[in-house]
Order: sequence, then structure tokens, then C-alpha cells
Amino acid sequence: MATQAADVRVADAPRGRAGAIAAAVKDASGTALLALGLSFPILALRTEQNMANQLVLDQRWSYVAIAVLLAFLARLLYLLRLAFAASPPAPRIAAPAADRPALRLLTMAGVLLLLVYPFLALALVGRAGAIKWIDNFAIQILIYVMLGWGLNIVVGLAGLLDLGYVAFYAIGAYAFALLASHYDLGFWVCLPLAGILAAFWGVLLGFPVLRLRGDYLAIVTLAFGEIIRLVAINWVDLTRGYAGISGVPRATFFGLPFEDSDQGFAAFFGLEFATIHRTIFLFYVILLMAAITNWVTLRLRRLPVGRAWEALREDETACRSLGINTTNTKLTAFALGAMFGGLAGCFYVTSRGQGFVTPESFTFMESALILAIVVLGGLGSQVGVAIAAVVLIGGTELLRELDWTKSIFGRDFEPTHYRMLLFGLAMVLVMIWKPRGVISTRIPSIFLKQRRAVRGDLVGEGHG
Amino acid sequence: MAAPAAPLLTVEHLTMRFGGLVAIDDLSFSARRGDITAVIGPNGAGKTTVFNCVTGFYKPTSGCMVLSPGERSDPAIAQLTASGRGWRAARAGELFLLERMRDFQIARRAKVARTFQNIRLFPGMTVLENLIVAQHNALMRASGWTILGLFGAPGYRKAERVAVERAKYWLDRVALIDRADDPAGDLPYGAQRRLEIARAMCTEPQLLCLDEPAAGLNPRESADLKALLTSIKTEHATSILLIEHDMSVVMEISDHVVVLDYGQKISDGTPDAVRNDPKVVAAYLGVEDEEVEQVEAEIAR
Repeated sequence: MATQAADVRVADAPRGRAGAIAAAVKDASGTALLALGLSFPILALRTEQNMANQLVLDQRWSYVAIAVLLAFLARLLYLLRLAFAASPPAPRIAAPAADRPALRLLTMAGVLLLLVYPFLALALVGRAGAIKWIDNFAIQILIYVMLGWGLNIVVGLAGLLDLGYVAFYAIGAYAFALLASHYDLGFWVCLPLAGILAAFWGVLLGFPVLRLRGDYLAIVTLAFGEIIRLVAINWVDLTRGYAGISGVPRATFFGLPFEDSDQGFAAFFGLEFATIHRTIFLFYVILLMAAITNWVTLRLRRLPVGRAWEALREDETACRSLGINTTNTKLTAFALGAMFGGLAGCFYVTSRGQGFVTPESFTFMESALILAIVVLGGLGSQVGVAIAAVVLIGGTELLRELDWTKSIFGRDFEPTHYRMLLFGLAMVLVMIWKPRGVISTRIPSIFLKQRRAVRGDLVGEGHG
Repeated sequence: MAAPAAPLLTVEHLTMRFGGLVAIDDLSFSARRGDITAVIGPNGAGKTTVFNCVTGFYKPTSGCMVLSPGERSDPAIAQLTASGRGWRAARAGELFLLERMRDFQIARRAKVARTFQNIRLFPGMTVLENLIVAQHNALMRASGWTILGLFGAPGYRKAERVAVERAKYWLDRVALIDRADDPAGDLPYGAQRRLEIARAMCTEPQLLCLDEPAAGLNPRESADLKALLTSIKTEHATSILLIEHDMSVVMEISDHVVVLDYGQKISDGTPDAVRNDPKVVAAYLGVEDEEVEQVEAEIAR
């Protein structure tokens, strides 16, 4: 495995190969010590209640030993690989062509699969199982894909770090719930209204934070997200606080409700009534909404406003020197991102929310999740964001399917408890191997002769 | 040309203080239309601060900067000053009070473009995209503030073709046409400098402010730059304001040189006159004041 280049590198080290190994062992021992310090309070000691209702200390030193050993070995292997691997490949000068026929074929196959997905699920697992696969998986993933694409406009294109994106999701949801319960409006009327209201709040938030950059912008947007949630909790007269607003009307099929009556969807089309009709319909609604989000974003990237967003992310000062009104450019990014968040929020109420909204659904965790989708997918990349949403949301949902692990780890083992652990692990791994996200290259919006992807390390990350 | 010596930009009593530091002290000069006006001076003399004031990146502490693309008339300036507004529209005869305008308004309305001492391109965007972003305002109008463009209106597509043609013209001029689809951050240093000038020219400026365009260039690139700037001056209705340390560039191509030292103007005139000005020599070589007075006395005698 030691190639010539590796030999040179090892020989360059002051004490040669042995020295490199010794250094790696030393470093890995440090890591093991750190792991010991961290895992000791978390893993070794556990309080448990016994039958007599007494608290007893349960000691689990074997867990600590495993954790420490794992940390030592992982670090050692990583360092040895660094020291003895061939020198890292030189960055490719010629970036790969962006329009690859294989990629296009794959995209088309993906779209086709999405279009027939509900019926595929129905055919494979039957009616009872299909609801779970359509609702818990597909609809939930698509909501997050849409949210990711919406946030991608703000963070990925305009380079403005927004930690409170869930606020607009909440505004969309509450806008629908309040409009529906006070003015008796249906989903299809409230959908555009929720989008407009969220966009309005996006501009309202945008104004005070225009001068802020980077960390300061992140903190203010974070606070904004929390303020919206706290208002929803505490303004009991309007939002009914923790109790939430229930009985929000469900989406209708262009006026035909999904209910077991003569006026219902099933009766109109001469079908036998089934709740899955609604689920399948909602799947197509969110698919269409996500598709529109994607279409609008891709279109905007090729328009002056989209190019101005990206230029803003690259260099704000240069933008101003070219006569670009950076205030308006930032506000449009905020407004548009917020609008898609609001639309997704409105849809959430009628689908996953089952016509019920509470502040619980809009915690900071949601903002962090959406931001993680955007960052792990690759800032600015539509495909990357979609992949990250499928992996993160679909992956955590799949944990619920791992009941067979109980036969290995015992009956107490609950795979869903490790959701956050795996989530963090995935983030660390992606950040090690793909520091700029799954898809880090940028596709130029216009070209003269050939559209060539721009390497990720050249693309700016924005300064807020 | 009716008035060959008509000033395009007049800077009067410009002062810029940063706390206790006086970066520019009561500076007055003018740049004539169709001229290359160079601003030179030792390091820290306040040259870039003057640029930042002219292009609106700094708000000057006091002073007045008038850009008059048409005939310059003092009553019109007085009227505009009294009105409290920053600029007068084209039909009344364009006139701009730069100290009252924000940076992007100066670039958009008064048509003042600039480059930066430390190059500021959009490194993750291609060379062509850099030049298209520079034509943002024209394209924004053509795209009906995005709404028409979103649905692919033919007017916008035509405008974009025009923008690409203009970009191609400038890429040809700065010999970067073969690298149009490469990211700007991948270009070598000299090419990045040229691209920044091309990008500024794509805004179709009346006044092009170049902050040390020859810095870091080799002699050949320097010669090309001189040819480029001279051709911009003669072939386009663009006057140039230039900060430069490379005296070969300054002396060869500029029509008028302003010398700053410690924020004050110490000399102003043709390149030859400035070159022989003992104050300039003293500022650059660091001669003591008494010696300067001595030299001045000798000249007077």
C-alpha cells in the first residue's frame, strides 16, 4: 500500500515510519482519554429505580471500555491512513461537465418513480401499509424537501445564515388555522394567503437584520424563531396556547371533501370510501408544491435577481460597486424563502398535522433540522438538498422499522432512541468527507460554450 | 467637442475624519471629461479614502462632490444643493451630488464604476456571470422586476442576449474570451485584474475609478493595461480616475495628476509638471521640511 509518494512523505518525517506510528498512537491515546472523560458521566453511571422505589446506581463500566476502545481505534486508523496513504489527489483542474446524460436519465427516472409512488406503495404493501409509506415517509420527506429548498434560497443562494426559519413555517401554519377558524376559509384560499403573510413577515424580519452579518444575523434570526413560538404559546386568546387550534378544515379535492358522504370524493367518482384517497391526493399536492418551489428557484437563478443573490453571497461590497441595491436583494431572498416556508406550514396543518396546530411543532430543533438538510446537502444545490432531506428524514423514519434489532440487543433496545446520535454521526461523517455538503459544486447560470461545474472550494459561503 | 476642458467631477473641500484621524484634509480637485486623472501619493496619503468617498462607500465628514455629465452650470448646482435632493433627472440635465447618494445609487444613477485595490470579483461565479451581474440594473428592468422574466418573456431573453454580447465584447478586449466559462477565482492574478476592469466597464460608466490596477502586474501586463486604459478613454465615453503607484503607468497615460500627502493636495498638474515639483519629490523621498523650503527658496530665486 505504501507507494513511492507515501515513502517520500514518511521519509520526510523526522523519525520516519516508526515516528509516525508513535505519534499516531500518542494522539489516539489522547482521544481515548477524551472519550473516557466524556463517556464516564454519560455511560458509566446510571440511576435506576428499583422495585422498592429506591434510586440505585447502576454501573456500566463495560460500555465505557467499548466507547474508549472504539475512539482509540478510530482515531488511530484515521491518523495512520493519513500518514501512509498516497499523497492526496491534486484538485481536478477541468471540472466535470454539468450536463451529463446519465444524470439526466437518473433525474427522469426519479421523477417517474415519484409520480407513481403512491400506487407502487399500494401495490406492494396493500392499503393499510401504504398509508404509512405515503404519509410518514413520502409526504413528510417532501415537506422537508420544500422547506430545505425554501431555506436554500436564503442560506444557499443569498448566503444569509437564518437559524429561525421555522418561524415562517409556523406563521404559515397559524395563518391557515386562524383564517380557517375565524373566517371559515378553506385550504385552497388560505394557501396563497399563508404564503403572502409569511413573505410579509420575512420582509418585516429582514428590515432590522439587514445590517447584521454572520453570527449576529444568526442570533437574531434564532431569536425571531423563538419569539414566534413563544407568542404562539402565550397569546392564549388568539392561539389557545399549548392547547393549540384544532378542527382546521382539511384540504378538499377542488371542492369535494374526502368524507364518507354523498357529496364526498369517493361517491362522486363512484369509488368505495377509503381514507387513503386523501393521503394520495395530499401526496400529489405536496409533490406539486415542491416541484413549483424547485421550478421557481431554478428560474430565479437564471434571472438578474438570482444572480444578484449569488453575487451577494460572493462579495457584498462588489455588488454595491456595480449598482445593485443590496437591501432589496436581501429582502427578496428573505421574502421568497419565507413564502415557501409559509406554504409548507399551511400544507403541514392539513396533512401531517391532521387539522391541528400547536406551538410544539415549531421548536428550534425544526430550524436546526432544516438548516442541517441545506448544509449537508450542499449550499445552493437543489439536488443535494433533496438527497439530504431523503436521507435525514427518511433515515430517522426507517429507524422505526428496525424492530428486529431487539432480537440482538434485547427487548429494552429501542432503535428510535438513537435517532439523534445517528443524526450527529451522519453530520460529522459528511463534514469530514464532504465538508461542503453532498453536492458541493455549483452549476453556472449561463455559459458561452460549455456549462462546467464550479468547484465547491471557490464558491463563497456568504458572510451573513 | 464644445468644451474640452469641462470638468466631469469636481471635488471641493472634501474632508474625511475617522475619529481623531484626518484622512483627507480640505481636498479640492477636478477631473475633466475624457481625461485620465491620476491620484498619486505615498502610502497612507488618503488616495483610497478619496475613492471611497467619491464612490459612496464612505460618507465624507464635509465637502462637496459634483458629477456633471452635461454642461456644468453653477446655478443648476446651487439649485440642486438648495433642493436637498441628491440628483437631478436626465430631462432636466443630469447632475449628481455624490456626497448625498448611497454607494449603489452612485454606481446605478451617476454611472461611476470602480475596481478595488484587493481584487473583489465573484470567485465562485464564472467569468461570464461576473460580467452579467454587472449589467444587473438593465436586466432587472428588462425582466419586469423578475415577474416577466419568470415566465420567459421575449423582451427579457432579448435583453439577456444583448448583455451577453456586451460581455463578449469586453472579454475580447481583455483577452479572456477563452476563459468565459471558467470560475473567476481560477484565473491568474493579472487576468483577475483585467476581468475586474471589464466588469466595471460592463456597467457603461461615465467615470471609471481604478484603485491600483497595475499592482502585481508584470511589465508585459502593465503595457497591456496602459493600452487598454488609453483605448477606453478614446473609444468610449468614459473618463478615468486612477490611483497608481507604478509611475511608468501614471506618467505615460494620464493627462492630469493630483498628488496627495497626509490627506492634503501637494501638487496638481500635468505629469511633467508634477514630476518636477520639488514638493512631490520631497513627499516621495522623505526629504526634511527645511530642505524643501530651501529648495523652494532656490527655485524662487
